[in-house]
Amino acid sequence: MNTTLPVHTQPLLARYAESLFWMARYLERTENLARLLDVTQTFEASGRASQAWESMVRINADEEEFARRYGQATPEAVRRFYLLDHDSGTSIPAAVAAARQNARALRPLISTEMWTQLNMFHAWTAALSEEEVAGDGLSHLCARVKENVQLHTGITEGTFYRDQGWHFLQLGRFIERADQTTRLLDIKYHLLLPSLADVGSALDLSQWHALLRAAAGYHAFRRVHPRGLTPRAVADFLLLNGAFPRSVLLCVRQTEFTLEQLRARYGLRGTREAAERVEELRAGLEEHDIDHIVDTGLHEFLDWVQRMLIAIAGSIGTAFFRDWRPDLSQEKGHEQRQG
Amino acid sequence: MDGETIGVTGSVSRAADGAGLAADGVPPVVLPGYDPAGYVCELTTQRPGDGGALATVLRRLAALPVEELRRRSAAAERDLFNLGITFTVYSEATAIDRILPFDMVPRVITAGEWRILEAGVKQRVTALNLFLHDVYNDRKILKDGIVPEDLVLGNVNYRPEMQGFPVPFGTYVHICGTDIVRDQHGTFRVLEDNARTPSGVSYVIENRHAMLRVFPDLMRGIRLRPVDGYGPKLQQAMCEIAPQGVDDPQVVLLSPGIYNSAYFEHVFLAREMGVPLVEGRDLVVENDRVFMRTTAGLAPVHTIYRRIDDTFLDPTVFRPDSMLGVPGIIGAWRKGNVALANAVGTGVADDKALYAYMPRIIRYYLAEDAILQNVETRICREPEGLKATLADLANLVVKPVGESGGYGITIGPRATKAELEACREKLLADPSNWISQPVIGLSVCPTLTPDGLRPRHLDLRPYAITGRDTWVLPGGLTRVALKPGSLVVNSSQGGGSKDTWVLVDE
Repeated sequence: MNTTLPVHTQPLLARYAESLFWMARYLERTENLARLLDVTQTFEASGRASQAWESMVRINADEEEFARRYGQATPEAVRRFYLLDHDSGTSIPAAVAAARQNARALRPLISTEMWTQLNMFHAWTAALSEEEVAGDGLSHLCARVKENVQLHTGITEGTFYRDQGWHFLQLGRFIERADQTTRLLDIKYHLLLPSLADVGSALDLSQWHALLRAAAGYHAFRRVHPRGLTPRAVADFLLLNGAFPRSVLLCVRQTEFTLEQLRARYGLRGTREAAERVEELRAGLEEHDIDHIVDTGLHEFLDWVQRMLIAIAGSIGTAFFRDWRPDLSQEKGHEQRQG
Repeated sequence: MDGETIGVTGSVSRAADGAGLAADGVPPVVLPGYDPAGYVCELTTQRPGDGGALATVLRRLAALPVEELRRRSAAAERDLFNLGITFTVYSEATAIDRILPFDMVPRVITAGEWRILEAGVKQRVTALNLFLHDVYNDRKILKDGIVPEDLVLGNVNYRPEMQGFPVPFGTYVHICGTDIVRDQHGTFRVLEDNARTPSGVSYVIENRHAMLRVFPDLMRGIRLRPVDGYGPKLQQAMCEIAPQGVDDPQVVLLSPGIYNSAYFEHVFLAREMGVPLVEGRDLVVENDRVFMRTTAGLAPVHTIYRRIDDTFLDPTVFRPDSMLGVPGIIGAWRKGNVALANAVGTGVADDKALYAYMPRIIRYYLAEDAILQNVETRICREPEGLKATLADLANLVVKPVGESGGYGITIGPRATKAELEACREKLLADPSNWISQPVIGLSVCPTLTPDGLRPRHLDLRPYAITGRDTWVLPGGLTRVALKPGSLVVNSSQGGGSKDTWVLVDE
């Protein structure tokens, strides 16, 4: 198929493009929050409860707000913060509510099935109770959250009309997913920081296992590395593997491909700045091997990736969303949360 | 229980006299515990020409235990929530989604009844458009003294901007909703015209879908007029009225946005027409042309089906504080570069005070009698009307002329002494703000209530679309008052809705 053939399509409202981008981001964020909670619980079980939950708050950059409202990062408080607190802004209910709010604006565009599923998902997360969140219910709950986002992804794949709107949705999904994978890796970094002596220990390896499982990557990893499991190999897999759907490199390549589609098929020249930045990010990932990245500082590298992703999202926003807003001063409170 | 029954005058209604054997010679089916108490019932009162459909529906209904009806009703309402066929009620801290209550016992209109309703609605819409064209051009009807001049020119909804402005096909009211009731004699009467931005049509189609989901066995084998032609007909009319010379017009639906209580309907209509739903901030006017902001830049817009009131449309012409509108849009319209539906200024035609003159307006322009009669109406701005109203307050419905949604109404037979006194004072203080009508014994239909199937009063709002010609969606929205004995069907006052069946001619 000739993928550069321009297609005649309906124009896409800038506001719809923005809502598609953000709906996808919030849903991807929701899924990854569930993954993070799940893996954190696994770490807690290995005997470092408070440390594990603290790092969850830290990698989401929620320390300040959390401390202000809850003080000590006890397991109960963190669970409440991410699963029950509608005001926290970074909780699962808040992310689902934000996704649904965007979906409401998109109802004329998206399929009825997409809307209905998200509407029901929202009704469920908005009504989560203490009991459901407490104790051994957490893992089951996280699984259900993941499944709901995956269901939405599947419905979208099977029902959403493939014109430029689809590409803006893809942009949001891949940028957020890349960002979230860097955070998942970072959780391990934060958690291990105070106890370097543990590196390579049985406990350490079991945590890398858990991390891979949280990213749904354990079996794929095994196919690439049938024997052994080293922290470097796991980091390499999550960052630089070209075939694992949650790896940063794959997501960045998908972002680049999507931007190119928007330019070539729909004539959107506003993609240029974002395309340049994404090319820089991809090159930064492709040019370095994992030894170099770990030796020069994994955390610093992840930080750079996150900053680049924010810059790419910023370029997309400036080119396609914000420039078309009539008056920025009237849009206060409508700006969606950045990475 | 069902409370007092009001408004039934005379002994036995004509319709009740007709009750006896069903068309197919089978004795009428009796719903246990159901008694329409002398009102015309849209399901149990036998009418000719139903091809036996009424009896079939009743037999099927009567065969179902009330628990089964409740189970299906709950399933239908759950679907409506999940599908988001809801409106959101905002308070300071919360946003609660509500559904328009759906009653799954259908209201049935025979083919013969529909012929009258359809012709009557078309006639009325035609007269409304001729009237609007006249008052915004030559004002003949005012000069001839048929309608008082100040009632039109002094009306808050009269728009001087429209004076002498040509609209394609002379159509001002592209979408019209006509509120119709059926009285205790079985006669359909118009209660009100809605010529601005009538809402509710989405429920006509969604109620049919809901019915097909939860009650397919009720309509099996009964041939009904379909309701899914509305979107294409609306799209067609919007294209017809687009500025001349535009081959493939871009139609948009302009909505106040997700916080509007009718947002679901706006979504529904945009989808049915396959056009973007835009908000004011998505549109921009440059050189008297309207554009929408897209990912590829500004794209031209040719027809706007607007679901925003006149006064919010353009802050440079009307309310300067309007955040919903588009600066310059009226200028673009006046230049003929964009079409607006409905046209600006139609509110002068659906005023409750003007309503009383509609039979005369129809006769004036069409030289025909009104096919659908008005409810007898006294105009309190006229001394005789005020006098007659005050003399019979306890038996009349008194309505403010400017309100909608069932607000500000005093129903004489239901009012306390104090309420009647307050009504009298308001009438005397500003007579021209009021009209009065006799209480109509609105027809009823079996409706699922906590006591089982019981009669509840209802009305009917057919929707007419007019571009070059007028087309009426078969049926319309049946609104039902869910409270026992209540005559107020408005959704803002606790009303619900039903699926409306128009039978196909046998």
